[in-house]
Amino acid sequence: MTGMEPTPATALDLSARLSWRVAKNALMTALMVLAFLVVAVPLVAILWSVIGKGMSTAFAGFPDFFIKEIPVVSRRPGPGMGPAILGTLMVTGAATLLAVPIGILGAVYLHEYGVTSKFARLVRFMAMVMTGVPSIVMGLFVYIVWTLRTGYSAFGGALALACLMLPVVIGSTEQMLKLVPAHLREAAYALGASKSRTIMTVVLPAALPGIVSGSLLAIARAAGETAPLLFALGAATAYNPHLFDGASTALSVQIFANANTSFVGSQERAWGAALTLVFLTFFITLVARIFTSRLALKR
Amino acid sequence: MNPAPAPAASPPAPVRSRLSFPTDPAPVRATDAAPVVFDLQALEVYYGSFRAVRDVTMQIRKNEITAFIGPSGCGKTTVLRCLNRMHDVIPGARVRGTAMYHGIDLYGPDVSATEVRRHVGMVFQKPNPFPKSIYDNIAFGPRVNGVKDKKRLDEIVEKSLRGAALWDEVKDRLQHSALGISGGQQQRLCIARTIAVEPEVVLMDEPCSALDPIATTRIEDLMRELKSRFTIVIVTHNMQQAARVSDRTAFFTVELDSANDQRTGILVEYDRTSKMFANPSDERTENYMTGRFG
Amino acid sequence: MASEPFSLTGSGNRADTGFRWMAIGAASLVLLILGLIALTMTNRSLPVLSRMGLDFFTTRRWSAPDGLFGALPFIWGTLYTAVIAVALAVPVSLAVALFITQVAPPLLKRPLVYVIDLLAVVPSVVFGLWGVLVLSGRIQRVYDRVHEGVAAMPGFLIPVIVLAIGAGLLLTSRRSLVGWVLAVGGLLLLLYFLVSGRSIPPLVFGPAAQGRSFATAGVILAIMIVPIITSLAREVIETTPATDKEAALALGATRWEMIQASVFPHSKGGLVGAVMLGLGRAMGETIAAALVIGSSLGQVTLDMFASGNSMPAVIANEWGEAESLHKSALIALAVTLFLITIVVNLIASAVVRRSMARSAGRA
Repeated sequence: MTGMEPTPATALDLSARLSWRVAKNALMTALMVLAFLVVAVPLVAILWSVIGKGMSTAFAGFPDFFIKEIPVVSRRPGPGMGPAILGTLMVTGAATLLAVPIGILGAVYLHEYGVTSKFARLVRFMAMVMTGVPSIVMGLFVYIVWTLRTGYSAFGGALALACLMLPVVIGSTEQMLKLVPAHLREAAYALGASKSRTIMTVVLPAALPGIVSGSLLAIARAAGETAPLLFALGAATAYNPHLFDGASTALSVQIFANANTSFVGSQERAWGAALTLVFLTFFITLVARIFTSRLALKR
Repeated sequence: MNPAPAPAASPPAPVRSRLSFPTDPAPVRATDAAPVVFDLQALEVYYGSFRAVRDVTMQIRKNEITAFIGPSGCGKTTVLRCLNRMHDVIPGARVRGTAMYHGIDLYGPDVSATEVRRHVGMVFQKPNPFPKSIYDNIAFGPRVNGVKDKKRLDEIVEKSLRGAALWDEVKDRLQHSALGISGGQQQRLCIARTIAVEPEVVLMDEPCSALDPIATTRIEDLMRELKSRFTIVIVTHNMQQAARVSDRTAFFTVELDSANDQRTGILVEYDRTSKMFANPSDERTENYMTGRFG
Repeated sequence: MASEPFSLTGSGNRADTGFRWMAIGAASLVLLILGLIALTMTNRSLPVLSRMGLDFFTTRRWSAPDGLFGALPFIWGTLYTAVIAVALAVPVSLAVALFITQVAPPLLKRPLVYVIDLLAVVPSVVFGLWGVLVLSGRIQRVYDRVHEGVAAMPGFLIPVIVLAIGAGLLLTSRRSLVGWVLAVGGLLLLLYFLVSGRSIPPLVFGPAAQGRSFATAGVILAIMIVPIITSLAREVIETTPATDKEAALALGATRWEMIQASVFPHSKGGLVGAVMLGLGRAMGETIAAALVIGSSLGQVTLDMFASGNSMPAVIANEWGEAESLHKSALIALAVTLFLITIVVNLIASAVVRRSMARSAGRA
């Protein structure tokens, strides 16, 4: 590099030089690819185990696994997880009915009414704090304020999940509301619509795909939660379709309980439950992502 | 605004006119005898399926200042970036035709972009110093190329800053952050940084467009000084600047391809600056110069 | 708000106001719930705290029949596993984020991000299940081998190796952070060995009685927090202005040199924030850690292959049969966990926000 003369063509070499710099660059690139593989391997391994071990249990004597009740004596092998599936659906469904409307309303307040007011900033900050609450803390909280007074019930679990979902729904909905352009609102106002009318008929419909996908992601996460349900549900083995009355169970709780045992029978059921749960969460997430991509296309 | 005229089928008839432009009182005489540095033949650049520029054939000569002028979107920056393989950074960009640098095809299979950029440097439109000290900005290039000796680095830094006419202003502040100096100084810093690796060619992409007139004048003076050591190719949307500074000028324009409604840049005329501005051969060139479009 | 409508009719106004109050109510619910959590849980922690005082946080003996509750081992377990998780996850996440944003061809970007995000969809309890039934058995063999290898080495060897690598890195670039850390660390380890005759590495990589240990919990947690750190790191890295990257490339830098010169200085702050957020997540992650940490009592040890316990694990495992004072202790643990995670998360968000604002201002 030093003392470079104006170059006659014979002395000029533009080919890639094998130097320490080039080697270092190649090394770093290789490390990055390696890192990606390091991440991909556990993912593949987990899905492999879940599908491999879960399939045989879940589909043996189909549809026994999904319908039969949980063996009361847990060390006994055999199906099923029916009550847990019902429990997961009930608890997650009830939590959704609680958290999503309230969350959307809360986001509406934050973006449409409060915006920068002190109260709105406080709520926004606290919602962010709330997303960081460990799920087990939520579970204990709901136990204290609900389960202690009314006993085990699916609703207790739903309450705990709703508390976890609420700040997430608020956050993602507020983001979607921000994306709705101001001129849409102004057009409605100019036509004489009241603020609440505008929000209900113009703003929310415009933001709907994003709100739906954000909520679906929150639902998927809630369906997979264990800790909030541990203390509120109890440990039912039979079907319990009552929301407010009596112990219930859920797939996540069953997996946790069975993973801790050393009985092959319960471990097999755990894998089957895991397969069902993974399938459920992946499905919901897939639907959410389809909504997101449709949202992107529309814009 | 008049649309660009349709492409001429035969060599355009010379247009006689007196165009008055304030030219440098001592116009630099560009000689045809200077050796060729870049030889472009039928160069085309595609971004995906969009052809951004076509039919560029020209030769850039050593120790001259060559200016690319033309309306926006005509491909002058696109052609400039071909000269130091900066299109590699853009996914989907493809180059057809040949771009030869001292007889070597820049886009040949064995040619490393990193090596090319040691010989062909670039100064960008908006000054972009690294968030480091002034000293470290200039030393970056030499360090990356293997110079470690502190004394040698000190020499290079001083030489480059003097070459960019910035030494006296910052010599007491070399360890201060480069982001703390004015825009014009930052751009001269970027020039110093580029010449620190002693390339043969310095490409400049509208280097003064983000600067005030006083800073612009200083950089134009700098260009004239640097010409003796480097070959300079400058893209500018200010044709008076081209008239002031350059030895040769290339005029590009945009053509509408009626078949697919694509706008493609083409090279219209390329000649010594004095001739281009006083007596352009192509009617489109004259229309641009007199402000009839663009 | 300039475009705020005003209404001239009375009845429309009532519905509008009603809606507004509903929205305010919904927003207030957040404050209400958080307030209730703070109130009820601190209230229920009082019995054990008045019994144990500050000893709750500083002693190691946790025995329900004796009414003694020292939470130090569990606090240690939570922190230690989180640190291991971050130490494993951060280099990998950073490398993946750099790979996706700087190296991979743009067409691959979306599918690569998809794959990483899939990891975030898998429920935590499934990670725990896999960890306890599949991973812990196999990884124990690895632990054994590592322990045997380390125990067999002469005490000065590892410190000298670490010191040598650090010094080598420093020779090539005086500013290398990794080089300084390794050199100083190696030097300290060596000095400790020379002075006290005891070697640290075998203490860290101790005998592994079983596969469930701090290290396994750290590995599982690491896998779980990689998607979060990667996603945030990607966002931060992508704020690097293209012109800064082009400046480095135009000077003849290789891609790695460009990353060092343009991407890292811009992203440093945000990356630190991303790491801290990962740390916060790892500490709050309950179930997966509970299943694989080993649930044994009383260990405050550097030995990462030992089984231990963490706050969430204890709560999850002991709640079922706890009496009232015991329950109070578990609730106090939950409050402690809550406070630690909140503090880390708050600092992390502040760091990320400041760095994004700074780079947006500079761009």
